[in-house]
Amino acid sequence: MSSPNEFSHPGTAAEALASLSKEEVLRYSRHLIMPEVGMDGQLKLKQAKVLLVGSGGLGAPLALYLAAAGVGRLGLVDFDRVDFTNLQRQVLFGTSDVGVPKLTAAKRRLSDLNPEIQIDTYETQLTSENALEILRPYDIVVDGTDNFPTRYLVNDASVLLGKPNVYGSIFRFEGQLSVFGLPDGPCYRCLYPEPPPPGLVPSCAEGGVLGVLPGIIGSLQAMEVLKLILGSGNSMAGRLLLFDALEMSFRELKLRKNRECPLCGENRTIHKLIDYYQFCGVRGEEAPPPSVEVPEMTPIELRDRKSRGERIFLLDVREPHEYQICHLDGYLIPLGDLPRRVQEIDASGTVVVHCRSGVRSAKAVDFLRKAGFSRVWNLKGGILAWSDEVDPSIPKY
Amino acid sequence: MAVKVMIPTPLRPFAERQAAIDVEGQTVGEALDALTSQYGDLRRHLYGDGGQLRSFVNVYVNEEDIRDLQKDLTPLRDGDTITIVPSIAGGSRD
Repeated sequence: MSSPNEFSHPGTAAEALASLSKEEVLRYSRHLIMPEVGMDGQLKLKQAKVLLVGSGGLGAPLALYLAAAGVGRLGLVDFDRVDFTNLQRQVLFGTSDVGVPKLTAAKRRLSDLNPEIQIDTYETQLTSENALEILRPYDIVVDGTDNFPTRYLVNDASVLLGKPNVYGSIFRFEGQLSVFGLPDGPCYRCLYPEPPPPGLVPSCAEGGVLGVLPGIIGSLQAMEVLKLILGSGNSMAGRLLLFDALEMSFRELKLRKNRECPLCGENRTIHKLIDYYQFCGVRGEEAPPPSVEVPEMTPIELRDRKSRGERIFLLDVREPHEYQICHLDGYLIPLGDLPRRVQEIDASGTVVVHCRSGVRSAKAVDFLRKAGFSRVWNLKGGILAWSDEVDPSIPKY
Repeated sequence: MAVKVMIPTPLRPFAERQAAIDVEGQTVGEALDALTSQYGDLRRHLYGDGGQLRSFVNVYVNEEDIRDLQKDLTPLRDGDTITIVPSIAGGSRD
């Protein structure tokens, strides 16, 4: 955590929060000349304390715009390192940040963007044990997370502490936006009392996100944060925005507080944080791969068996657009098509099934074994492991 | 009543990748029955084993949540739009 950088002019910290320095007046002049912000509004921004949970696709534009706007104290929670696959959308980071803890890179970038503000970093996973302590000092919480357990945790902790929770979520080219946790407004549990059970969440083959989309939804979240701080305009509380980038359509639905909500309803039953992983079940997108116990073959073993001339039918259960990225000359049958295309598999020799990381292919091996195929193995670690252990010329994605 | 059902991205693979589907029905329940009899795979994503609408799938008629109206029995008018809104978690990674 850093100390406030508010001593560039004389006076105490409290006095510094009540006025703008000459440098700040210049920096924020485009806010100051707007009557809707003005000196009063800019001082509200300077005194505001906002916590961003997640420094990913949504967190990147959020952090950049809130820092630039002069939100005086910005807290960031994340425990990841910057990865090459982040750069397609996480505009807070650059190529030279790859491998660096996200919060180290974020703090460097944000301090350069605006040295006038305080940036607190929490390099940890938000958990039921630390959430209330981390959220408590802040006025507003922003949910830029990517998984159900943390979303329910952020929601519950915000409601228990009485803090607004600015919500954004994205999937491929669709986004959702709302503001939860205002005194008379609904919370995330009013909208969705329960998370989807494991198995009904779109598989990783159907994941992915158009890079600009989190930029749009994260920027809309940042706008809602500024409006809450300034106390102006109509917040998204009580409304759910649905954005479809392909149609370029914004639709709005009404959200009402659920009187029977276990968290914020009249007879609430949740009075403290719970175990959110248990609540949400184990799910492929967040938790380790579902433990389908199937026989495995390592990439090295597959290479050796092939080089000994063993007859091997290599089955690739990814999607056609993934095959275009890279392949191992396998026979392509997407996992979803497998049940009706099993007769295409040559089971006279050994069958080895692979996907990108080994999760989908484990399901395929399990399915094939139950369907009566006996000599079927899962390629351990999928194409990613093949690239690491056998052929580095195969690109990873 | 002829109504339009908006299919969210995560469920489009179960509806031949269509974004909107026209169906007939006097009530929301009838319209969704018409939809899921046409696209069987959608049914298990919308309804639990007990035939109840799943709690992470919300259904709206125009702007209103059917939980605030008459749920499955909410009457429809010609030209109404039914929107299916499942919870999505994405943010930074996938």
